[in-house]
Amino acid sequence: MDSGQLFNITTIAYFAAMVLFFAYIATKNKTVALVATLSSLAGFLIQTTALGLRWYESYQILGADGRAPLTNLYESVVFFAWSILLIYLLMDWKYKQRTIGAFVLPIALFSMLWAQMSLHSSIDPLVPALQSNWLTYHVITCFLGYAGFAVAFGVSIMYLLKIGKEEKHQGNEPMGGILGMFPPTKVLDDMNYKAIMIGFPLLTLGIVTGAAWAYYAWGTYWSWDPKETWSLIVWFLYAAFLHARFTRGWVGRRAAWLSVIGFAATLFCYLGVNLVLSGLHSYGSG
Amino acid sequence: MTETKKSVTDRIWDFFCSLKLAIVIVLLLALTSIIGTIILQNGAPADYIREYGQANYELFKKLQFIDMYHSTWFIGLLALFGMNLICCSIKNFPRVWKFVKEPTLVAGSGIFKNSANRAEFSCKESKQQVAEKITTLLNSEFAKITRTEKDEKIYLFAQKGIYSRFGAYITHLSILIIMAGAVIGNVWGYKAYVNIVEGSSIDQVRSRNGTGPIDLGFTVRCDDFDVSYYPNSNRPKDYNSDLVILEDGQEILRKRIEVNDPLTYKGIKFYQSSYGSAGNAFFKVRVTEKKTGEVMDLKALQGKHAQLPGGYSFTVTNFTENDRNFGPAMQLHVNTPDGKHGAPFVIWQNHPKLDIKRGGAFSFALHGFEQPQYTGLQVARDPGVNIVWAGCFLIVFGSLTAFFFSHKRIWVCLEDNGKKTKILMAGNAHRNQPGFSLAFDELQQKVEATAKDESPKKEG
Repeated sequence: MDSGQLFNITTIAYFAAMVLFFAYIATKNKTVALVATLSSLAGFLIQTTALGLRWYESYQILGADGRAPLTNLYESVVFFAWSILLIYLLMDWKYKQRTIGAFVLPIALFSMLWAQMSLHSSIDPLVPALQSNWLTYHVITCFLGYAGFAVAFGVSIMYLLKIGKEEKHQGNEPMGGILGMFPPTKVLDDMNYKAIMIGFPLLTLGIVTGAAWAYYAWGTYWSWDPKETWSLIVWFLYAAFLHARFTRGWVGRRAAWLSVIGFAATLFCYLGVNLVLSGLHSYGSG
Repeated sequence: MTETKKSVTDRIWDFFCSLKLAIVIVLLLALTSIIGTIILQNGAPADYIREYGQANYELFKKLQFIDMYHSTWFIGLLALFGMNLICCSIKNFPRVWKFVKEPTLVAGSGIFKNSANRAEFSCKESKQQVAEKITTLLNSEFAKITRTEKDEKIYLFAQKGIYSRFGAYITHLSILIIMAGAVIGNVWGYKAYVNIVEGSSIDQVRSRNGTGPIDLGFTVRCDDFDVSYYPNSNRPKDYNSDLVILEDGQEILRKRIEVNDPLTYKGIKFYQSSYGSAGNAFFKVRVTEKKTGEVMDLKALQGKHAQLPGGYSFTVTNFTENDRNFGPAMQLHVNTPDGKHGAPFVIWQNHPKLDIKRGGAFSFALHGFEQPQYTGLQVARDPGVNIVWAGCFLIVFGSLTAFFFSHKRIWVCLEDNGKKTKILMAGNAHRNQPGFSLAFDELQQKVEATAKDESPKKEG
């Protein structure tokens, strides 16, 4: 059994979880929801094992040059999926809103599918610039931050789907149908905020560890290269989101839209910069 | 006259203090920052003219898009952001300090009427008894209760997480600290580079913004430079330089630097950044004169005559690192004393004895070739960097405090209402109101149930 096979099983588990979450919304059967949650938890645990195994495999292949599995596009996409599950499961544990899974699992599933189907999964040795402990701290903090924003995005989509219908809905009867299964908009709005609140300090830490690493590697903690700049753009956007919310009461629809825009910027920072623009972070595209 | 003047100053002050300004600036910074990630920064004019045409290049120059992160308008925007942070903090700090010094122990009717989270209910027991029960409940479920009796009413007050009100100030302050560190680094520091050929030394470096050479005040020598590759690949694994710091000819410090591990001396850091070849590669050739058996180790440059005894010479005409899997090989010919070129022949490094069988006065063996290299170093002096790190620490610490905690307060007022006791309850959180209102609803149900002596209602 190698890590690649375990990642395939992970992908299947996430797929099953996603389908079950859809089924839960359609059938309102609590058992289905429980199985879906267990399936995502199982996938997460298998993926955790697989990440550990890949780490071990890197020592088998590269000898003393082994390293944490966080060094190329394949490994980062896989780790992105893992981070999303971690944040999602924490939120699920806190809020017990099972339907959220239907909107978060697809992001993790898509990441895993993309990684497993079309990215190079070979374990290559590191170029000198990447041989640093800062790499690990930097990648972990950034991706946990991104994952917080991904969960916020999924929740915001649910909010935007529900709020329109809810405003038109008359009377005190609870809403029926699929949207009736969604958590109350007040809860969705709160979860959006909470997920960003987790993501933002982590992104801050990610930018700080990146700056520290750049200082040790290149002698300058900030050089306005496109990746650095985009991470700052994302930081500014969520800072605006938090401030608008803190004091001007930008809750509800506008907050949800800002969260969607913020996640789009996050994805561009993560992938767009490497695939579209060029700069010091070109390692990520390999 | 004085009044209008004052109102203008007030308006300017309010403008700088406003949160609206902060949000607008932050969004503007985000939006304009995109420009520099799309348009090449600090490129040569020809690059822009080729890509965008002459007219657009002139426009970019006018708008300072060529080096936009150091442009007047972008720095101006950052300065405005800093001003806004300072003004906001000055304006709001006294108010926050008041929360600490003078908590609102007795809630006015306004709080109970206008709070987003409020409840009113009554129960049969006396207000003293109910107050006791609620106090016990809130002490364990929320925070320690402060009790005040006034005008025949009992007021209960509890608060949690007041320190989180300072989180935002720490975060804002840390941004200013980072900005200050960056300014100090830019004004009193420099970024430079230098190339040192193996075995030589330098005492000046070249500034990266082209302001001429900078004297280090000491000497740096590179004793050796090495690149190692991963097995069976041309992917560099490591490259490192043995650097020696000398002052007045005395060796002070010696360090092997590599990527991610610089050398620091007197606040100046030397980073391994690149390498390259310096001068021509030479071949190490062992020549044996067949007649005498004399062995000579010679250095030969490609295309140049290398002298041999008796007026002979030889010339290396070609070299390859791998000749059909036989390894490094070179082609050469021998020149006779009367200047005639002999027939060219090939020798292989891995087969040094092969050439003995060839006819002629000399036999040749290739012992390797050497390329003198230089090491490319980034040199930086940044006296502001520790201030930046202090700011970074505070921004993480401050944002965690600000985001994960909020100042939550709960007020309860109990008063006699005929035979019953009327209970007013209100709650407030200074941020994340939606989150708090969920918690408040839950707490309020517990309080109501306790007051009425029931088990809590099931939700929903």
